[in-house]
Amino acid sequence: MRNFFAFLSGGLFGAGLLVAGMVDTKKVQGWLDIFGDWDPTLAFVMAGAILPMIVVWRIAARRDRSLIGLPMPGAFPKYVDRNLVFGSLLFGAGWGLAGFCPGPALGALTFGGWQSALFVLAMGAGMAVAPMARQMLDRLDTEAATEDA
Amino acid sequence: MEQDWIWGLVGGLMIGAGAAVYLLVNGRVLGASGILGGLIDGSGRDTLPERIAFLGGLVAVPPLLVPLYQVVDTHATSRPGVLILAGLAVGIGTRVANGCTSGHGVCGMSRFSLRGFTATAFYLIGGGLSVIVARHILGLV
Repeated sequence: MRNFFAFLSGGLFGAGLLVAGMVDTKKVQGWLDIFGDWDPTLAFVMAGAILPMIVVWRIAARRDRSLIGLPMPGAFPKYVDRNLVFGSLLFGAGWGLAGFCPGPALGALTFGGWQSALFVLAMGAGMAVAPMARQMLDRLDTEAATEDA
Repeated sequence: MEQDWIWGLVGGLMIGAGAAVYLLVNGRVLGASGILGGLIDGSGRDTLPERIAFLGGLVAVPPLLVPLYQVVDTHATSRPGVLILAGLAVGIGTRVANGCTSGHGVCGMSRFSLRGFTATAFYLIGGGLSVIVARHILGLV
């Protein structure tokens, strides 16, 4: 059950990315290119996804268990820290450079040729070394704290 | 062009539906980078089959719709160096920030999370700057 619905969710997500045009890297770069021929499509994609989810979060908040009895997500972290900011900047830089973020890159794997495959491989490698990058950032934090003291 | 907006909205609703199923049925937050990253770095060991099933749907379902279109072209660059550099940045960045466009963007902002809005602001800044540099200054993409 659980895995069937995970597959369904991944399928809906992937189909949505295709229908929305998010597997087209030129379209994504067009959205980010505010000084070029700006393409607003991504704002509509975001609106289409966020509006129903606002309602869904309301429903989720009233439930202790999911529809098939699984635990609902626990409390979310609230802090904004250096990892969130630096990580997002780095992610954005890669997103602009190739026009792929993780979802569409995976969704396009079967028809995106060697370019999609190479991007996904590099992204996987990045994810594998990310815990080290996080440790380095944490060490910088500790060193800065020691210097302050 | 106007049709692009409509299809963007329709596709967005489908993305939202996927996130709704994952939250209401599986009790989990849909984030593409987290679902894959947890498999790669081992932090998602407890939910391995669920992650693989999700990724299976994400990879296997879009090609079923491809025949409905005359062409589906990712228009991705053919410069291997650019793809590798971008992939590494996306992989490291999303895991350090603990989320990407789906987790922080769609799921975070829809519950009015400060972290979701902050992440989105910074990945848009990073993306905008990188397009300026790569397209308008270096002429790479």
